[in-house]
Amino acid sequence: MAFKLNRVANGVTTITVDGQLIVVNRQELKQLVQDAIDRGERKFLFDFTRTAYIDSSGLGALVSISKRVREAGGDLRLAGLNEDLRSLFELTKLDTLFTIAETPAEALSGF
Amino acid sequence: MGSSASVPADGASAGERYRLVLPTDLTLVGQAVETVMACCFANVDPSRRTRFRLATVVAEAVANAMLYGNRSDRTRQVTVEIEIFADRIVVAVADQGDGFDPAAVPPPGDETLDATRGRGLFMIRRLADHVAFNPQGNTIWMTLPRR
Repeated sequence: MAFKLNRVANGVTTITVDGQLIVVNRQELKQLVQDAIDRGERKFLFDFTRTAYIDSSGLGALVSISKRVREAGGDLRLAGLNEDLRSLFELTKLDTLFTIAETPAEALSGF
Repeated sequence: MGSSASVPADGASAGERYRLVLPTDLTLVGQAVETVMACCFANVDPSRRTRFRLATVVAEAVANAMLYGNRSDRTRQVTVEIEIFADRIVVAVADQGDGFDPAAVPPPGDETLDATRGRGLFMIRRLADHVAFNPQGNTIWMTLPRR
């Protein structure tokens, strides 16, 4: 399974992306977050520490998820991006759209 | 990094070649990436950056070929050809669609920052050292480093 969902203290739902976020599993991630929103969860942390690569469909899914979370009055943060993934967000300028922390711990402390 | 609308100038050079023919099935994209990586890096230990670049552009090109080239028609195929040189890799991804004009695809701008589509070709152009298309626009060549 590429995604692992955990609920931690202070009401934050963390989702770990294992391997890749690409066209074939983007819908699964979107549904996972939508189900959590429907359950009343509003704070989300995406942990990319174990993510090898993300394609444009995966980036698009993150943008879509971010919109849904914002519309629900929630907050979404990203963390654990390695240098390559970070550069991908920078070249697509998505680093300006998302709140990105160096580590999951840093992101959690910011909620 | 860059792009053009012609076939690669070095396309006739001799290198180790592999060919992968896939049905149009998005569930095979990850497997295609793994296969290409295994072929390209069998005897070398590339940098993480090189692995990332190759994996990302292959995933992107194969998914584009299936979704936009073959329009998700499962009877159509996507062909991935790899030519491996000591210092570089040339990956060709061909679909059986009508093709498109890559010059007509605008790069994403600030006004499309929250768009959920439209970044794929831009990412390929930025991550590959060289990008070229056949005149019909249904085959893309991507050149990347091997180390």
